[in-house]
Amino acid sequence: MGGVRGRLAPYLMILPGGLWLAAFFLVPLVLMVSLSLQTGNLIDGFQQTLHWQNYTDGLSTYGDKFVRSLWYGLLATVACIALAYPAAYWIAFRGGRAKSTYLFLLLLPYFVSFILRTVSWKLVLTDNGPILGPLRDHGVLPEDFHVLDTGVAVVSGLAYNFLPFMVLPIYVALERIDPRVVEAAYDLYASRAQAFLRVILPLSLPGVFAGVIMTFVPVSSDYVNAEVLGGPQNTMIGNVIQTEYFNNSAYPTASALSFALMAILLVGIFAYARTLGTQDVLEAAGR
Amino acid sequence: MTTHTKPPVTPAKTPPRRRAPRRRRISGLHLYTLVLIAWLLLPIAIMILFGFNDTRSKQNFEWQGFTLRWYAHLFDKSDLTAAVVNSLTIALLSTLITTVIGTFAGLALGRYRFRGKGSTNLVLFMAISCPEIVMGASLLSMFVTFNLPRGYLTILLAHVMFSIAFVAVTVRARVVGLDPAVEEAAQDLGAGPWTRFRLVTLPMIMPGVLAGALLAFVLSIDDFVITNFTSGATVTFPLWIYGSTRTGTPPQVNVMGTLIFAVGVLIAVVSARRSARARR
Repeated sequence: MGGVRGRLAPYLMILPGGLWLAAFFLVPLVLMVSLSLQTGNLIDGFQQTLHWQNYTDGLSTYGDKFVRSLWYGLLATVACIALAYPAAYWIAFRGGRAKSTYLFLLLLPYFVSFILRTVSWKLVLTDNGPILGPLRDHGVLPEDFHVLDTGVAVVSGLAYNFLPFMVLPIYVALERIDPRVVEAAYDLYASRAQAFLRVILPLSLPGVFAGVIMTFVPVSSDYVNAEVLGGPQNTMIGNVIQTEYFNNSAYPTASALSFALMAILLVGIFAYARTLGTQDVLEAAGR
Repeated sequence: MTTHTKPPVTPAKTPPRRRAPRRRRISGLHLYTLVLIAWLLLPIAIMILFGFNDTRSKQNFEWQGFTLRWYAHLFDKSDLTAAVVNSLTIALLSTLITTVIGTFAGLALGRYRFRGKGSTNLVLFMAISCPEIVMGASLLSMFVTFNLPRGYLTILLAHVMFSIAFVAVTVRARVVGLDPAVEEAAQDLGAGPWTRFRLVTLPMIMPGVLAGALLAFVLSIDDFVITNFTSGATVTFPLWIYGSTRTGTPPQVNVMGTLIFAVGVLIAVVSARRSARARR
């Protein structure tokens, strides 16, 4: 390459994006950590204390919300795997010429705004809505049946909203499997179950892993589904952070909660990566 | 493989008949896939349907008859129209900026070895996997610390920020798959760096760039969480809908959603058709 200019080229190319991410991603994160160690309020100003009090206070006050967020996140992620895997499997191995059509249909919800999707899902679950209303009027459902404002509604909304994020990586992993490897398993007298459990499933795990990263993090930090579908009894940690920022202007507490949320999720992901034996987290998710 | 002499006609006909018993065995999973798709599309269908609902009250969840009124009065709510315009212009601007910046970042990461590449990759991974609420909250923390007024500009800054990583990763994937010999050949033929980029590299990575741009547009126009934290008094389409969930979402929202959906699907189908034809 052309001397100095050639050696400088990658730096010049990475510079604008790198600076943008540094200024609006890394610096804010550092500032948030700093803010989380301060005390004070909006009117009297904030003071740096370097004490962990905001963390201990926040976690002891909202510990149950944290637990609920992780629990809902886990349930929704497992639901996504269970729902997505069979469909991804069928499309990858039996989709034939219609493969891309099926994938397109699975992605159709993404042409509608996330909020609007959630509002429409609420309409599905509303007691007197177009789905449950007639079902109850005709006696299919008991009179006191309702889903809205329950944890079930929140988890179903989360699974609904993030399902395609699980389908796609699993599909990509399954699609990459060389059919000859599967045929080899049959040639070696593997039953269908054995071929699936010992060949296809292990080869598709990186896809499941990428899917888990792409769903678990957004799902357990989401607050829109809890707000729209769950009512006041089923709020998650995201709702708390939002309220602390916007209604209470308790910036230090909110910062501490946000950073704690990120830390918990990251520790979870890396622990998960280790137990699964996926060596390079970057590879699995950055794909 | 077959002994037939007219391959375009016969293979299409014979295999299904021969494979018939096997097909029946897998139809369970096929049916399941169709049901899953129906489940995903059910709320969309309801959204479209309730854009035609002849509702009299503020609540729009009981079917009261068919009307085209909301299509005729689409722009009656001026603040909703303004929010949609905000969403569209922010998405276009942020797509433009992100695509340029992200493409160069993706090129650098895909083609060169350089000091700091590993940490750049790590930052990209963090930016992709960081919870949205943390990004929004930290940006809000920064704007509060520096006393920056939040509004249109801060939304734009934030949208470019969270899209860069996706564009860079998409372009990088395309660059990695390229044969470096083609560029070297261009260089041997006397092409300068700019000519080489414009006439050789860019056309080759174009599918990746376009995919990244599309992703950036979709991410921007759909974003709620980060926008909510960085918007101040400026309202975008998702923010407007969210605000309306407490008082009742008017049917105009369904109509807007339906129109955006239709346009999006149309663009996707047309571009898919085109790329399929180009491949042939």
